Amino acid sequence: MLRACQLTKTFGGLSVLQEVSIDFHPGEVHALMGENGAGKSTLMKMLAGLYQPDAGIIEWRGQSVRFASPNAALSQGIAMVHQELLPIPDLNVAENLLLGMEPVNALGWVDRAELHTQARKWLKELNTDLDTSLPMRSLSVAQMQVVEIAKALARQADVILMDEPTAALSDHEVSALFKAITTLRQRGVAVVYTTHKMDEVFRLADRISVLRDGQLVCTKAAIEFTPTSLIAHMVGRELSQVFPPVTSTPGEVVLAVEQLTCAPAYRNISFTLRRGEVLGLAGLMGAGRTEVVSALYGLQPADSGTIRLHGKPLVLTSPADGLAAGIGMITEDRKGSGIIPAMSVQHNLTLSALRQYCRGAVIDTSAEKAVTQQATADFAIKASGPTQVINELSGGNQQKVLLARALLATPEVLILDEPTRGIDIGAKAEIYALIGRLSAQGTAVLLVSSELPEILSLTHRILVLRQGEHSAELDPRQTNQEEILRHAMPQ
Amino acid sequence: MNAARTLHLDRNFLNRYGILIALVALAGVLSVTTDSFATASNLTNVARQVSINGILAVGVTFVLLTGGVDLSLGSVVALSGVVCALYAHPGEYPLAVPLSMGLITGALCGLLNGVLVTRGGIAPFIVTLGMMTMARGLALIFSGGKPVADMTPALTNLAGDWGPLPIPVLCFAFVALLAWLFLGRFRLGRHLYAVGGNEQAARAAGVSVTKVKLFAYGICGLLTGLAGVVLAARITTGQPNAGQAYELDAIAAVVIGGTSLSGGVGSIRGTILGVLLIGIINNGLDLQGVSSYYQAVIKGLIIVGAVWLDRRQSRS
Repeated sequence: MLRACQLTKTFGGLSVLQEVSIDFHPGEVHALMGENGAGKSTLMKMLAGLYQPDAGIIEWRGQSVRFASPNAALSQGIAMVHQELLPIPDLNVAENLLLGMEPVNALGWVDRAELHTQARKWLKELNTDLDTSLPMRSLSVAQMQVVEIAKALARQADVILMDEPTAALSDHEVSALFKAITTLRQRGVAVVYTTHKMDEVFRLADRISVLRDGQLVCTKAAIEFTPTSLIAHMVGRELSQVFPPVTSTPGEVVLAVEQLTCAPAYRNISFTLRRGEVLGLAGLMGAGRTEVVSALYGLQPADSGTIRLHGKPLVLTSPADGLAAGIGMITEDRKGSGIIPAMSVQHNLTLSALRQYCRGAVIDTSAEKAVTQQATADFAIKASGPTQVINELSGGNQQKVLLARALLATPEVLILDEPTRGIDIGAKAEIYALIGRLSAQGTAVLLVSSELPEILSLTHRILVLRQGEHSAELDPRQTNQEEILRHAMPQ
Repeated sequence: MNAARTLHLDRNFLNRYGILIALVALAGVLSVTTDSFATASNLTNVARQVSINGILAVGVTFVLLTGGVDLSLGSVVALSGVVCALYAHPGEYPLAVPLSMGLITGALCGLLNGVLVTRGGIAPFIVTLGMMTMARGLALIFSGGKPVADMTPALTNLAGDWGPLPIPVLCFAFVALLAWLFLGRFRLGRHLYAVGGNEQAARAAGVSVTKVKLFAYGICGLLTGLAGVVLAARITTGQPNAGQAYELDAIAAVVIGGTSLSGGVGSIRGTILGVLLIGIINNGLDLQGVSSYYQAVIKGLIIVGAVWLDRRQSRS
């Protein structure tokens, strides 16, 4: 039905997609797999009319087409659900869903009753029962995604492109989304889908295309792959050991948290963190994990409770306080509170520790450049040079810049909030190895992750939060995913 | 592949040098079509004319870089000029007093803007719109609604020349040089770009957003005070109605120079070129005998056109 023929795209002299040809069929879920920077998003954006191919053609129902804009593609029945959702937060669900195609009465006024009836009808198609009068901003990310999919359905889309729809979802939200995707398949819609999560692909995809470095490696039925063979195709080598063994032995207590409270996000959280220890913080979305660690860095101060570093109480009212005390953090929202998109790699990298590369108030540019080159090599950051704008880097490389930024300040305690979200498996492995090295050198690491295999494999101890409360402390060697989830699920 | 690379270079080249090329082309055309453009006296005159807008534009670049805006420039120019003139009657105070009173007035207005934006959490557009009205009112109150005349020659001489060079032009050049060094080489300058580029991320990286913004509005105010003093010296009075719509010319120059209104991107180099471009266009139209009504229309078109070209380039 939809066919990419020899599609090629170049950005700033860098070839991101070379002569890729794939067919997409109705009623089929087609997964695009590959590391970040492999060209999956670029391919999707060309199919959706966001980018124009430099060479090659898109065939739609047997005819060569050229979509000048996402709207042109949409009017032909090709819709895209973006990685970053773009709803209008203050309009309600029905208004967002039927934006630009509102039912009107004879006077040209919007027929509100009909608007909600239609919106409910489309949501029913996806087996969702959502109050259509709720403002969009009150929905969870998963609910917004369902609305976006319903939006595509309402526009009679025959092809729905989804760029990492599950990246920000917790496990039970993912299953709701999968139900919706299954419904789409039954309706004969062609679903094109990217993800970094292995288990999802095998639950969902009918066919899989693997991209590597802008080239198509292969397209095969999903049952012809195994997780190992899929990874091997993606990275071009066998990844026998993704998780390094935990080798370090925890030392004395570095950080002690007592009765930390910030209603309503979390209450009475107490724990300790030792030198060279990796402590995992598990829980569902909304359990208060991010809020707790943000308080330890000064990003969102707590209401009450004490935080002690080497026994001395800390007052943390801003991240500057956290950094001064020797605490570093990578926030979960790389785009929102991590990178400065328009700044260069070098300027992003040295932002937190800039004082170290200054004489008085003046930046020592040669020292800054030297440390950038050092860090680029140490962290294997793929960039054309220190002056490249960070926004042009892949997610994994952006994350490595942010890690390097935090580590330039040589923190004693490093907080990592979802450090591997939305990045490719190669970069993930590098970050896992880095966590191992840091703890071996004595850094105390606090790891927040929604990916339970990460928590289970990388940590010395696991703390589970449930609805803002401490629900369990587990030993990763004697527990499993089911037990963690049991402690994490609301009762 | 090769063709794509060349194209990319061209685009970069246009991005970097687009205004400069326009400036040189315009100057070339004017030199050929008029007898008077390329004369020392006319060029000095252009430089003198742009210096006040230049000082304002450099100041407001700081604010625009943080993603804010300052609409109170024109009114604060008038207020600082009036305050300066009030202390500048012959034989009353030494020269330093009216000078510093003018500068302090501007800086205080700027800092108040900054406090309201950061601590008050009010949108910069609203805060500075309020300041625009308030400063104008204060200028009228302090002056009693009449121009404050009778200024000491020591002060009005500041609009004159130092050797062959007009002092206002030297002020602009000095201010621009300091600002250029500051934004490029100082830690706080870097932080300004960070805050404008992504405020949340800058805070999370340990940058004090409040301090950076206070500084930006404060510097903008201080330079506005300087512009007010220079203007008072030039027109030899403290005029409460002076400086109407000066903020628009200053912001236009900064935006033509490639600074993004959403913050985080821009340079002093671009601002200077923007100021010169506007100045030369004004001068050229004057020399060609175009009426000031048409001049306004043409200037408006150029502002929109320049930004449109800039957006088109950065999008593609």
